[in-house]
Amino acid sequence: MFGKLTLESIPYHEPIIMIVAAMMAIGGAALIGALTYYRKWGWLWSEWFTSVDHKKLGIMYFVVALVMLLRGFADAIMMRTQLAMAAGGAAGYLPPEHYDQIFTAHGVIMIFFVAMPMVIGLMNLVVPLQIGARDVAFPFLNNLSFWLFAVSAILVNISLVVGEFAKTGWLAYAPLSGIEFSPGVGVDYWIWALQISGIGTTLTGINFFVTILKMRTKGMTMFRMPIFTWTSLCANVLIIASFPILTATIALLTLDRYFGMHFFTNDFGGNMMMYVNLIWAWGHPEVYILILPAFGVFSEVIATFARKRLFGYTTMVWATVAITLLSFIVWLHHFFTMGAGANVNAFFGIMTMIIAIPTGVKVFNWLFTIFRGSLELTSPVLWTLGFIITFTLGGMTGVMLALPAANFVLHNSLFVIAHFHNVIIGGVVFGMMAGLTYWFPKAFGFTLSEKWGKRSFWCWFIGFYVAFMPLYVLSFFGAVRRMQSYANPEWQSWMILAWVGAVIIMMGIACTIIQFWVSIRDRKLNADVTGDPWDGRTLEWSTSSPAPFYNFARLPEVGDIDSFWSQKQRSNEQLDEAPYTDIHMPRNTVAGPIISLFALVLGFALVWHIWWLAAVGALGVVISFLARVFNDDIDYYVPAAEVERIEREHQQRKTAPPASDSTDSKQTNYAEARA
Amino acid sequence: MATDTLHHGATSEPHEHHDASGTKVFGFWVYLMSDLVIFGSLFATYAVLMKGTAGGPTAADIFELPFVLVETFLLLFSSFTFGMGVLAMNAERIGQVKAWLAITFLLGAAFVGMEVYEFQHLIHQGYGPDQSAFLSSFFTLVGTHGLHVTVGLVWILVMLVQLSTKGLTPMTRPRILCLSLFWHFLDIVWICVFSFVYLMGVL
Repeated sequence: MFGKLTLESIPYHEPIIMIVAAMMAIGGAALIGALTYYRKWGWLWSEWFTSVDHKKLGIMYFVVALVMLLRGFADAIMMRTQLAMAAGGAAGYLPPEHYDQIFTAHGVIMIFFVAMPMVIGLMNLVVPLQIGARDVAFPFLNNLSFWLFAVSAILVNISLVVGEFAKTGWLAYAPLSGIEFSPGVGVDYWIWALQISGIGTTLTGINFFVTILKMRTKGMTMFRMPIFTWTSLCANVLIIASFPILTATIALLTLDRYFGMHFFTNDFGGNMMMYVNLIWAWGHPEVYILILPAFGVFSEVIATFARKRLFGYTTMVWATVAITLLSFIVWLHHFFTMGAGANVNAFFGIMTMIIAIPTGVKVFNWLFTIFRGSLELTSPVLWTLGFIITFTLGGMTGVMLALPAANFVLHNSLFVIAHFHNVIIGGVVFGMMAGLTYWFPKAFGFTLSEKWGKRSFWCWFIGFYVAFMPLYVLSFFGAVRRMQSYANPEWQSWMILAWVGAVIIMMGIACTIIQFWVSIRDRKLNADVTGDPWDGRTLEWSTSSPAPFYNFARLPEVGDIDSFWSQKQRSNEQLDEAPYTDIHMPRNTVAGPIISLFALVLGFALVWHIWWLAAVGALGVVISFLARVFNDDIDYYVPAAEVERIEREHQQRKTAPPASDSTDSKQTNYAEARA
Repeated sequence: MATDTLHHGATSEPHEHHDASGTKVFGFWVYLMSDLVIFGSLFATYAVLMKGTAGGPTAADIFELPFVLVETFLLLFSSFTFGMGVLAMNAERIGQVKAWLAITFLLGAAFVGMEVYEFQHLIHQGYGPDQSAFLSSFFTLVGTHGLHVTVGLVWILVMLVQLSTKGLTPMTRPRILCLSLFWHFLDIVWICVFSFVYLMGVL
């Protein structure tokens, strides 16, 4: 009846898990209670969950990502605490099988459920606005992508309380992840969570690729697109070309585990190195899916706050394209020690080093944009400067690892850990924090507190160096990754230093939470009535903040790069007074959340081998999808008079002194317009 | 052929600001390219594992070319009949569209039926996918193609229902075009399966 699922599957003998589970239950109950008490369920469902508005989906991606960041960081601080204690062969407080689950969970959650949704959320929020579009090419698919991702995040969190997490490391290398060595459900949770969210990501990639190629406004040629849009385009090309490899690889591992096949087993002709090749053929492009949009954020931020067109726009574009192509021919540097031979290793080593060249081009472009600009040291700029320093350092340790000879010594050591946190924290996290601060007013209509933003930056910046420089040092002493305890007591002082660094980063996260609190409290003081709080250069700043659900009342026309900026320079130009027209918009959809809910049921049932429930889930997915296919009432027109009313209100807010509750009245207007 | 239809679809909907039908077909193209990467991964896996027979049968031992040739021709003919269906759609002959789709369905169903028979026959002989890495990769590659064809069959049924209830509309036209792309795409993948798996396996 319940497959492998029994009461024994709940780890109630593990006090740490039970405490966390109790906290989650209390927090969840408080949230549900509050939503019920304030009667917000209907609002949440009709305004957010079923919304096809790319801006709202972007915000929801970020909300889930920030919650998951807390979970992922909790794993991080637990690991650092364990290693600060477990010197000289001491046991510490985490037994090995629990420690193994934690480092796996940390990696999986931080990459798939924090970094990816932040990047995709930012693309959702910004790209259609930057290209002057009213929505993405396939709004329903966009909603579906979000929900497939969201239910995967739920599935991963269920594994905390029901069953276990994988103990295999974040990429579940075979044959360790095969049924012989990992008979538990941890790997199955990993499989189905990644499979479901991976399909969502592929759909997102297709959606934004088509959006950017097909839906740019009049006059916006490819080489007039903002750099963030360019980097998003390249990231989406990478998604389209690489995520199917992940889908296929996980499917093969599934066949090994569920049907006794022999793709990656030790016996019956299987080839475990095939798994490592396939997973990194996806995994390396994945790194660039994360970092390219972050590069785009820094380019926008630096040009805006230096009050200067980005230096070398064209080289920036070609450097991005070059990285996109090169990212597919470097994957083998993740396993030089496999024994592929000197020539193969040399090829992949050299290709890896070559990637440093376009990246270097970018660094110089940013530096020369600052040069003779009038740089304003806002918090997005601080994140950018911190990035340039930290990422360059991380890039250099990357080039060190790219030398096959050095790699034979450094591989599997803490050097690798220090290197990729160097580039992921210094690159992706800093980039997403910069992007969050920079575009927050466009999403919500008020700016974030600069004071707490800067405090958050300094904690992250200092905390990063204190936490990860000791790991470089330890790696030269021979400290390996994924160890739960170590024999050499001399390492302990460095481990304690790294723990202090993690605590400083924790203070940075706390500053961000306080930043949200303070900024929401003071939202009327920090209201952005102009829609252009930073004196921006690109189209998203030409519409009101928060942007109306149709984005642009009249689709803008573009004449050059940074067209909004040059338009502002020609301010004596006659204003466009063309009459408003009806606007064609997609309707909200219940199909996305419902299909995804059945996908969650399917995933959970497959993890626990509850076949009848899996059949229910699969049928539910198919039937709810067909119901969507047979529904023709998927769009509507916003009447011109309504557009005019909303726009007039925006103009009034612009000219009038700060109104008391204009944000609230605007919110209700959106609701009326959609009903 | 496709552009004519798209043009027609766009003009029949005067309120459209951009060519929604063209965007859909283009998006579907991009999806097909991502699907091709899945097949590429499976082909690569087959190439690596085809010698991993673990003392079991090799490709030459189990493949029967005449049987597979019949399958191939079924699928090729079904591509032809689908093409006729799209031509009929361009000529606004909805009855013919339905007839050609129905014939395509029958040919596709016969293909899937033969493949199921082949798989069942192999498993019955003791050559199931759990016997060796070669058999695992063979069943998975060919089975993934077969699964795609099965999804295509369901899609044809859905379109037959929609053509009867809705007719040729700006909603159904791009769907028929996408389905046509999907069907031809599976044909091309099958040509690769036939050449690289069956022909090279036996020769």
